[in-house]
Amino acid sequence: MSISADESVPTTKAKVLKTLKSAINAVLIPLLAVFTALVIGALIIKAAGGGPLDAYKGLFQGALGSLKALSETTVWATPYIFAGLAVALAFKGGLFNIGAEGQLALGAVAAAWVGYALPDVLGVTLPAVIHVPLAVGAGMLAGAIWGAIPGWLKARTGGHEVINTIMMNYIALNMTSFLLNGPMKDPNPLNVVARTPGIAESARIPPVFPGLRFHWGFILALLVTGIVWWVLWKTTLGFEIRTVGANPDAARYAGVSVSRTIVVTMTLSGLLAGLAGAIEVTALNYRHELGFSVGYGFDAIAIALLGKVHPLGVVLAALLFGAMRNGATRMQFLTQIPVDVISVIQALILLFVAADAIIRWIYRIRAREERVVLTRGWGG
Amino acid sequence: MTNDQMTHEMSLVLQTKGITKRFPGVLANDHVDFDLYKGEIHALLGENGAGKTTLMNIIYGLYRPDAGAIFLDGRPVDIRSSKDAIAHGIGMVHQHFMLIPVFTVAENIMLGSETVRGLMLDQRSVAARVRELSHQYGLDVDPDAYVRDLPVGVQQRVEIVKALYREADILILDEPTAVLTPQEVEDLFKVIRALADRGKSVIFITHKLKEVFAVADRITVMRDGRVVGTVRPQETNEAQLAAMMVGREVILKVEKGPAHPGEEVLRVENLHVFDDRGVETVRGVSFFVRAGEVLGIAGVQGNGQTELVEALTGLRQPHSGKVVMLEHDVTGKSPRSIIETGMAHIPEDRQRYGLVLPFPVTDNLVLCTYYLPPFARSGMLNHEAIDENSRELVRKFDVRTPSPYVPVSKLSGGNQQKVIVARELSRPIKLLIANQPTRGLDVGSIEYIHKVIVRMRDAGCGVLLVSAELDEIMALSDRIAVMYKGQIMDTLSADEATREQLGLLMAGVKEEQDAIAGQ
Ligand SMILES: Nc1ncnc2c1ncn2[C@@H]1O[C@H](COP(=O)(O)OP(=O)(O)OP(=O)(O)O)[C@@H](O)[C@H]1O
Ligand SMILES: [Mg+2]
Repeated sequence: MSISADESVPTTKAKVLKTLKSAINAVLIPLLAVFTALVIGALIIKAAGGGPLDAYKGLFQGALGSLKALSETTVWATPYIFAGLAVALAFKGGLFNIGAEGQLALGAVAAAWVGYALPDVLGVTLPAVIHVPLAVGAGMLAGAIWGAIPGWLKARTGGHEVINTIMMNYIALNMTSFLLNGPMKDPNPLNVVARTPGIAESARIPPVFPGLRFHWGFILALLVTGIVWWVLWKTTLGFEIRTVGANPDAARYAGVSVSRTIVVTMTLSGLLAGLAGAIEVTALNYRHELGFSVGYGFDAIAIALLGKVHPLGVVLAALLFGAMRNGATRMQFLTQIPVDVISVIQALILLFVAADAIIRWIYRIRAREERVVLTRGWGG
Repeated sequence: MTNDQMTHEMSLVLQTKGITKRFPGVLANDHVDFDLYKGEIHALLGENGAGKTTLMNIIYGLYRPDAGAIFLDGRPVDIRSSKDAIAHGIGMVHQHFMLIPVFTVAENIMLGSETVRGLMLDQRSVAARVRELSHQYGLDVDPDAYVRDLPVGVQQRVEIVKALYREADILILDEPTAVLTPQEVEDLFKVIRALADRGKSVIFITHKLKEVFAVADRITVMRDGRVVGTVRPQETNEAQLAAMMVGREVILKVEKGPAHPGEEVLRVENLHVFDDRGVETVRGVSFFVRAGEVLGIAGVQGNGQTELVEALTGLRQPHSGKVVMLEHDVTGKSPRSIIETGMAHIPEDRQRYGLVLPFPVTDNLVLCTYYLPPFARSGMLNHEAIDENSRELVRKFDVRTPSPYVPVSKLSGGNQQKVIVARELSRPIKLLIANQPTRGLDVGSIEYIHKVIVRMRDAGCGVLLVSAELDEIMALSDRIAVMYKGQIMDTLSADEATREQLGLLMAGVKEEQDAIAGQ
């Protein structure tokens, strides 16, 4: 073996080049997956008697074609980013958090309650600087608790987090439904739907621009992306999370408390999902309504995978999914192609990313060589 | 091809010409010419990272060479996958994890080449064929046994049978003896010879020079991705081979002065430990290690050493007994609290415990100290210190890696081991627990690591050395305890211990007077 000199001492330039190369490598498969899914989507539209080009034009216009369209895309993307980060963080720690949906719902409920009821309960008026953080914090706390429980169950009893987060979803979603139809239901006599009263003015995060639904939550989501990245790669906690995720035996050997780390990871993951719900309430809808959030937590799994479990990838994937969801309505309006086609395309994207062998086969991309190495053991 | 050429090339079954393989930043194979005759046992030697495994992976179709060609029976072939390789009669035996533990031997052998009759897998004919092969080559395996119940040596035999079942004529064995007991090594060599006698060809990678002389017909030595030369065992000796591998003279003997033992750093009292299957594998072990001395634990593998070390280092709960480390009672304590008393541990299973394979070399070098200054301050990692640390250790311990930032999984087996050793030996510690510290290392690296261990001993560190290599035990230890069936048979002073004596103890034979004088 001989080592070329340029590699042994990485210069800034070499480092940048290397990062760029690995970035291209990382996005290649997802990009091709999206492209392939769009092609197949076009065939489906064609088969359904529509014009694929018109449909995609509508999709594009609806997603990015105007200031309003762009604004709506970010509105869709915001909960996707938070929840996608939640799932991705858990993945990094070797945990599969299917419970983002339930954590998000409870986060929204908690934020809404603090938003509309807390001032009355306390009998004071709260200034916004206190009320907003309280409402958002309550949502984060609720999500965190809902994530911590399956984490604790796994650490203590070995109960699998997939089963337990699914169970926790049922509990959370039914509880939400009960609360919004009962104790927390908007008492306005004109109201017939399951929703909370509007939150107090002091708990509302005001819009950024008048007339557009674009809200501060999106900016916060980008900020939180940076924080998650920082925690994972720049702190000892992140080192522990990643070590437990990559090799729990080695983590134990190195003195990391695996069970503690599992609980912490799930707590943080739940916290992020809860934040997604809280932001929907405090920055966008100003109340919680059943049906607002349906599916964010599940789509988040797809987004985390499409984003290759990297915070930056999550943002890109969330924007893509947001754009597609948003553009779908306009597409349906223009071409009468049902929005469900978009769900099919999204499902295809996920399928291709998860089973990347298909994409590699279609485009004749050789697997990265480490994948074929079967030797594990002393032969190295 | 003329008739004349054909007869001439008849016996040459495999030939590589100009094989070149480049990984990012590394030239792993540099114009490698290698040939293999029918019925030959061909040993492949070379430093860690010389490119042996890479060459074999290329022949077995796991990697594509950047340049060069492979010839089988004189014809050029294109091997694109291991499936192709198998179809061409090439079999490769990896060390671990290639068998499915919950399947029987026969099921494992069928896997990938399922014999189907109607809709049913034809297990019976497979079992019959396995018995036939076992008989033919002296490969004793029971087709109906579950793989998880088999010791490593037998699992390896299953792998060989699997290759033979697929009609391999060329068998590649990558460091097959690294995890075998001496008896298993003997058995393996018998099998290899039987195979060669029946016209099969064997490529055999090892770092143990003695084995080469015991079994090889020819020896090829690689260094830096190139073939240095091919010799016959009759024409050479250990020292010469070592020099060929490393490119300099290697001192095969460790130089060390007498020990100056100080206070006790480890005391084990009547320790009982159970393994995963609930078998009591450590049955009442007591011993002590003092500062400035090396206590060697000799013994055939599988006599409780693994569980003993796991219990001492916090990876396994002992059933009863007491462990006192540097004046702390650490019985059943967590690994971190044990590490923090000043203990370092080189684990036996490097890929399970010792490394996080997808992490870069830098992170693996701070696996146990990432949270301490200078690597971290108030919960934040200091990447500059981490990088600096890895640059220093990579240089000091001669870890061959294109850069400290590549995932440790990309390093050769021996270099992965060096990462662990470098990490554990570079901390200020008072007790070192080393389990098979030089397994898979080349002679040059063994020489260096032995020197470091002796230096640490002389600096006042206590060392508990567990090794299956009697040579290593005898070279480094000041006292030698022999473990057999979960108990310490006897503890001898290293000056007095002889090979024969240790060998008998390792086999469970205790002389009369020792039985009275011991304890
Ligand atoms: N998949 C890979 N990606 C990048 N580099 C690799 C890869 N596999 C091997 N290498 C590099 O190629 C070189 C040769 O490695 P190889 O595993 O062939 O060595 P080896 O002779 O088998 O050593 P050892 O005795 O330690 O097992 C090493 O420097 C290693 O880092
Ligand atoms: Mg190797």
